[in-house]
Amino acid sequence: MDKPVEDIGWTRTAIALHWGTAALIIAGFALGEYMGDLAVSPMKLKLYSYHKWLGVTVFALAVIRLAWRAFNAPPPFPQKMPSWERAAAKAAHALLYALLFAIPIIGWLGSSAHGFQTVYLGVIPIPDLLPKSKELADLLEEIHEQLNHALFLIVIAHIGAAVKHHFIDKDDILRRMLGGGGRK
Amino acid sequence: MKRLAALFLTMLIFIPGALYSAPVERDKSSISFLTRQMGVPVSGSFKRFDADVSHDPKDAGKSRASITIYMDEVDAGSDDGTVEIKRKPWFDVKNHPKAEFVSSSIKELGPGRYEVAGKMTIKGRTREVLAPVAVKKDGGLWLFEGGFTINRLDFSIGEGPWADTGTVDDKVEVRFRLLAPVEEKNNKRRLK
Ligand code: HEM
Ligand code: HEM
Repeated sequence: MDKPVEDIGWTRTAIALHWGTAALIIAGFALGEYMGDLAVSPMKLKLYSYHKWLGVTVFALAVIRLAWRAFNAPPPFPQKMPSWERAAAKAAHALLYALLFAIPIIGWLGSSAHGFQTVYLGVIPIPDLLPKSKELADLLEEIHEQLNHALFLIVIAHIGAAVKHHFIDKDDILRRMLGGGGRK
Repeated sequence: MKRLAALFLTMLIFIPGALYSAPVERDKSSISFLTRQMGVPVSGSFKRFDADVSHDPKDAGKSRASITIYMDEVDAGSDDGTVEIKRKPWFDVKNHPKAEFVSSSIKELGPGRYEVAGKMTIKGRTREVLAPVAVKKDGGLWLFEGGFTINRLDFSIGEGPWADTGTVDDKVEVRFRLLAPVEEKNNKRRLK
C-alpha cells in the first residue's frame, strides 16, 4: 500500500479515489441532466452511453473505496469537532456512499427495464436483471432522478462543510483530503 | 357491395395461381430485427405485414414466398426509437410505406432446410438477399424460420449524421417466423 501519511492522514489511494469519484459524479450528473432533453441524434445515443459508462465506473470505484476502507481506518476527526458535527459528517458520508451504489444500480436496472442493455465501454455486456417493462422503467427512472436530487443536496452540504472547516474552523479537514500532508 | 365482394371472390377462385399461396397466420407470425447501438443490441419488430407462402416439400423449386411489410407499424424497441425510425433519414415511411420481399429461387439444402434467394425492397431500394430457412410442420401449419443480415446503408436507412456506423452498426439482422396453413389440395392442384 501507499506510505502512510503519519498515521492520521488519508492514504494517497483514498485521496485519488475521492477526487476521481467526485470528478466522475459531477460529469455524470451534468451529462444526465443535459442528455435527457436532446432530440434523438447520434450524439444523444453517444452521450447516453458515456453517461452509463461513467456511472458504472463510479460504481466500481465505490466498491474499491469500501474495500479500501475496510482495511484502512479513516483518520480521526479533529479533537475540537463537536459530537453533533461528527455525527452529521458520519451520516452524510454514509449517505454519500449509499448513493454511490444506489444511483448506478437503479440507473442500470432502469436501463434494463427500458429494454436497453448496458454494455460497458461498448464492449463488456452487463446482464439485464429485469425484463422490459414500461411501468417499471418509468418508476426506476423517477427513482434515479430523485436519488440524484438527494445526491445534489448532500454534495452541496458536503462541500459547504468542507469550506466551513477550512475557513471558519480553520482545521485540516479539507487540506488532508487535498493531500496537503495532514495535521502538523 | 356484397355482390362486388362475391364477384371478387369468384375471380380469385377461377384465376389459377391467385389462390394457392397461403396467407400466413398473422397473429402467430413475426418479423423482427436486431441492431447494435453503441455496442448495445436493440431489437424491434414489424407489427403488420402480409405474407404469402406456398411450400411444396416434394419440389422445393416450386415453393415461393412474398412478404409485404407495412412500415408505419414498426416498433423500434423504444418510444423515441419508434418515432425516429419512421422519419425521413430512416424508413421515410411517408414516401415508402411498404417494404417488400419476393423470392426468386429456392434451393433445398437438406431435409427441412432451404436457402431462399430473393429481392428485398426497402425505402425504394432493391437488393438481393439470401436467407437460410428451416421448415417444419407445427400442428396443422408450416413453420418457416430463418433470417438474414442486411447492411442498412445499402438501403439508405439512416442518412446524414445517422450514416455513422460507429453509433448505429451497419449490420442489421432480420429474423422471421412465419406460420402458414398446410394446404395439400392447393399444393396438388398447383403441381398440375
Ligand atoms: C454516479 C452515477 C450516476 C449519476 C450521478 C447519474 C445522474 C443522472 C442524472 C442527473 C440524470 C437526469 C435525471 C433527470 O433529471 O431526468 C440521469 C438520467 C439517466 N441515467 Fe444516470 N446517473 C448515474 C449512473 C447511471 C447509470 C450507471 C446508468 C445506466 C446504466 C444510468 C442511466 C440513466 C438513464 C437511462 C437516464 C435517463 C433517463 C431519462 O431519459 O430521463 N445512470 N442520470
Ligand atoms: C461530488 C461528489 C463527492 C462525493 C460523492 C464525495 C464523497 C465523500 C465521502 C463518501 C467521504 C468520506 C470518506 C470516508 O470517510 O471514507 C468524503 C470525504 C471528504 N470529502 Fe468528499 N465527496 C464529493 C465531493 C467533494 C468536494 C467537491 C469536496 C471539497 C470541496 C469534498 C471534500 C471532502 C473532504 C474534505 C473529505 C474528508 C473528510 C474527512 O477528512 O473526514 N468532497 N467525500
